Amino acid sequence: MKTRNDTTDLTTTDLPTTTLNRVDPLVLGIETSCDETGIGIVRGTTLLSNTIASSMDEHARYGGVVPEVAARAHLEELVPAIRAATLEAGIRLEEIDAVAVTCGPGLAGALMVGVGAAKALAISLGKPIYAVNHLVGHVGADVLRLGADDTTEALEYPTIALLVSGGHTSLLLVRDLVSDVELLGETIDDAAGEAFDKVARLLGLPYPGGPQIDRAALDGDPTAIRFPRGLSQTKDMAKHRYDFSFSGLKTSVARWVEQKRDADEPVPLADVAASFREAVVDILLTKAVAACVDHGVPRLLLGGGVIANARLRQVAQERTDAAGIALRVPPLSLCTDNGAMIAALGAQLIMAGHAPSSLEFGADSTLPVSDIQV
Amino acid sequence: MLLAIDTSAGTSVAVVDLARGVIAEHSTDDTMRHAEVVGRLIADCLTDAAVPISGLSAVVGGMGPGPFTGLRVGIAAARVFALGAGVPFMPVVSHDALAFGRYQAGHSGPLVVVTDARRREVNWSVYSGADAAGLPIRVDGPGVARPAVLQEPDWEHARVPRFDAVAVSAGELGLVAELMWAHRHPFAADEALYLRSPDVTLSNGPKRVS
Ligand SMILES: [Zn+2]
Repeated sequence: MKTRNDTTDLTTTDLPTTTLNRVDPLVLGIETSCDETGIGIVRGTTLLSNTIASSMDEHARYGGVVPEVAARAHLEELVPAIRAATLEAGIRLEEIDAVAVTCGPGLAGALMVGVGAAKALAISLGKPIYAVNHLVGHVGADVLRLGADDTTEALEYPTIALLVSGGHTSLLLVRDLVSDVELLGETIDDAAGEAFDKVARLLGLPYPGGPQIDRAALDGDPTAIRFPRGLSQTKDMAKHRYDFSFSGLKTSVARWVEQKRDADEPVPLADVAASFREAVVDILLTKAVAACVDHGVPRLLLGGGVIANARLRQVAQERTDAAGIALRVPPLSLCTDNGAMIAALGAQLIMAGHAPSSLEFGADSTLPVSDIQV
Repeated sequence: MLLAIDTSAGTSVAVVDLARGVIAEHSTDDTMRHAEVVGRLIADCLTDAAVPISGLSAVVGGMGPGPFTGLRVGIAAARVFALGAGVPFMPVVSHDALAFGRYQAGHSGPLVVVTDARRREVNWSVYSGADAAGLPIRVDGPGVARPAVLQEPDWEHARVPRFDAVAVSAGELGLVAELMWAHRHPFAADEALYLRSPDVTLSNGPKRVS
């Protein structure tokens, strides 16, 4: 077989670091931790492409994300998504300065697809690779600007970050995006997004549950039913001050609905949906605001797919206004899982002078949030 | 020159050439660490072969059959490497590499190739022999079965000599691709040979809690 006659390519197999552009690096980010295949391209803090292929429709019939279905979809979506992202960004792959990839936390089989692909891409281009933390990526999304006329002020540190999705519910204290992130608390059972899915299902509503509950709650009374707030009683506060639990809430909604049905009484869908949603929103923001107050940090950043919930954003604004806390919410397209936030975090690491990752890292489904780069 | 990657069993990477044969090959039999090792194995092969990326004319991917979590890593790496290098991706059935190796080693006539499919099942493919180019002629499979099925006397291929493999060589995979290219054989379909549906049970609605 003939080889290409390309004399301009001086690529070696050692990933170079000395010539790395640390001023405004062009970074391609790969995100495959859950059901979105995300490819993002950024130049420094400027977003050039945020390409997302979701396998959500394939999971709808199962009522939740099926890891094997998600991983298979990543394998098929990766190459088309990379092509689409470079087209949208108006760049050639050879131009990028580095590859960034989510190496955890997330679904192991899904993460492995992205990790394998990212290493191959980096070597094929002769560029360094940055293996980064998915949760810190959500915080990193906030640095992105949509262009020269996007003059949003840079996020100040320290900040508290509340990250809520179908895969995680975490409260972080971010002292520095690239060097100092501390986990304050996280869910001890279901993620908030999962709770929405499960309650939607028991109310006979389709997947994904978040938008469905939102719609059903439209004319409902959020104070109609007082559902329990998990890990909020005095006895829980010593050990689980910033942790979340949604499994008991889900069970108590189920029990309430069963009792109505057993008594042949109509189930007031709107009131149940509104009251359940209010309980979730209340738990999330009570703990997030407490974290801000306790740590003397007057800043709260939101991230994760559940931020799309309008009621959550509304209550967040009310509570932070009342407490004198500045609220940051990145554009929703950057709140859901995406590759742009991974590219953004990679670019921040590069600009801060961090060395690339070695080629030996793996997928770590339980990667601690303090491991910003692996 | 071709870069070949297979993660249908362990992880194997090679640089091959029709004239020079296997120029570099690095492998591990570890069936749990595909994502960890694949990058280093690729880099080491390219270094050993002293070949620049621009010296590669295509990337070969072993499409399985194999346990899916690991299998995907190599296919993803091979497809994306091809994209990054700007060369074609060539899918090859991993069992064809195993059969090719046996015929090269002197076996002739029919052959059943068997690999571990996990969950107490095996993957199998049946070959009638090698053609004039030396390429194995697959006549049945790849399939997935409980091991006992292959030992039942009424299994169609029960009397065919059997080769149980624990590792697939990317060098052999790459040579199969070189021969297929040279003799204008069609490549395999560009799809992972999972041979099993994702096991999901559709629930019958929520369970009672009280
Ligand atoms: Zn996320």
